[in-house]
Amino acid sequence: MTTAATLSRYADLPVLIGLMEGDEKHKGAANSTLDVLWVLYDRVLAVTPETAEHPARDRFLLSKGHGPVAFYAVLAAKGFLDVPTLRGWRAFDSPLGHHPDRVLVPGAEIGSGSLGHGLPLALGTALGLRARDVRRPDGAPPRTVVLVGDGELDEGSNHEAITVAGRLRVEELTTVVVDNRSSAHGWPEGIGTRFETEGWISREVDGHDHDALHTALTAPHPGHPLAVIARVRSKR
Amino acid sequence: MRETFVETVNAALTEDPRTAVVLAEISVDGFRRAAVRHPGRVINVGIREQAMIGVAGGLALAGMRPIAHTYAPFLVERPFEQIKLDFGHQGTGAVLVSIGGSYDASVEGRTHQAPGDVALLDTLPGWTVYVPGHPDEVRDALRAAIPGNDRVYVRLSGTANRSPLPVSGGLTVVRTGSPRSAGVVLAVGPMLDPVLEATAGLDVTVAYTATVRPFDREGLSALVGAAGNADVLVVEPYLSGTSAHEVSAALADRRHRQLGLGVARDAELRAYGTPAQHARAHGLDTEGIAKAAREFFLV
Repeated sequence: MTTAATLSRYADLPVLIGLMEGDEKHKGAANSTLDVLWVLYDRVLAVTPETAEHPARDRFLLSKGHGPVAFYAVLAAKGFLDVPTLRGWRAFDSPLGHHPDRVLVPGAEIGSGSLGHGLPLALGTALGLRARDVRRPDGAPPRTVVLVGDGELDEGSNHEAITVAGRLRVEELTTVVVDNRSSAHGWPEGIGTRFETEGWISREVDGHDHDALHTALTAPHPGHPLAVIARVRSKR
Repeated sequence: MRETFVETVNAALTEDPRTAVVLAEISVDGFRRAAVRHPGRVINVGIREQAMIGVAGGLALAGMRPIAHTYAPFLVERPFEQIKLDFGHQGTGAVLVSIGGSYDASVEGRTHQAPGDVALLDTLPGWTVYVPGHPDEVRDALRAAIPGNDRVYVRLSGTANRSPLPVSGGLTVVRTGSPRSAGVVLAVGPMLDPVLEATAGLDVTVAYTATVRPFDREGLSALVGAAGNADVLVVEPYLSGTSAHEVSAALADRRHRQLGLGVARDAELRAYGTPAQHARAHGLDTEGIAKAAREFFLV
């Protein structure tokens, strides 16, 4: 893992992203998620390349699958992916495309791209781990964290899952909403209220502030699922 | 068949800690006691079919064996993209069990009918599709499906044949025609009894299957080879011609004729009444099948 040792810092992410080429649309999405992804993999999630198949690992589900170069770069920095693999991005025989495929990408928990699938899948994953009473080495149940976009919340399937997760009090589930104000009709009263009304605890933070993200993602929220609304630069 | 489904899945919940049931209000009463006995393994998401399939997909990712169930249109058609992406694309599976089928819910109208369910699943790779013709076959299909990790659809029907047959995965010969026979009739699931009655006076081989996918191409090829003519009539209780491409593939090495009977494709039947009246309207009653068989086999 010499590559991981040499290209494993936050400061290395632009270089890793530079190994891939993106069109303009995907560049914007990549930048909006970079800090959230880094904080999750660097400071929050209990998962490593060595435990990537372990039943008790924390799970991260990238539901907003477009703009995945930041995700691929973080997976490479953390050693899930070999750095040279990044160079083949989008090629026919590369595991890395515009939308991640879990069958092809080491460390990717789901294949995503069509919006509105990750949150229901994350809810089912959390419920399954709970039913099996899976525990991490520290005795805590594994966390399941799903990242969605504020535009993605337009999809009704999210709201089915938000309601069910809130009522079933799935504390092990965290949704990070990366908010770049791209939803066509917006969310009057704020995105967080959509979750709070259904029984979630919500926290809104600057999506580029690593310490604020870390605090929001790790402060206890007993008995309730957690929604972290990460404000990032607007697309509009 | 619905009662057998509830009994069999309740037993599986007790025997196999991997199993979990995901419901969307329908049949919740059948799993009330199991929900208390097996905490977290009977999940009613309310009237939210996208969440039902998504949650089932997540359960599979977490190493569970999900069984999802509701009326066929709400199980297969409404959340079809979830079925496509949340199982096969993720490399996982589930057992989906429907009721309502083609026109079992005749008085409910078109909203509660899904004659296109098998054809839709046919657009996705890797699905095993059971159409049991008898409650015992429901039990056997579920017992075969639940221990695995595959993608399985079990289509329950409101009508059943008088006797069960083994759920073998292949075609079962029920009546053998002579070497000079007119051809082969394949009955799927609950169509067997009407097919046997309708073809009683014909020299044809009658075969049966409750496993329509994967389709037993070798079995059909052998039966047609032993018949007097390479003419095949398929009688399915859902959209007509659903298995036509399978018959074509099975007989691609020879000149042949085929006809598929099933629920009509050309127009929406705007009628209520009984399932038997719908069967008659689609030509799937004994008389309709007999008439179509005589015309097709040129006798």
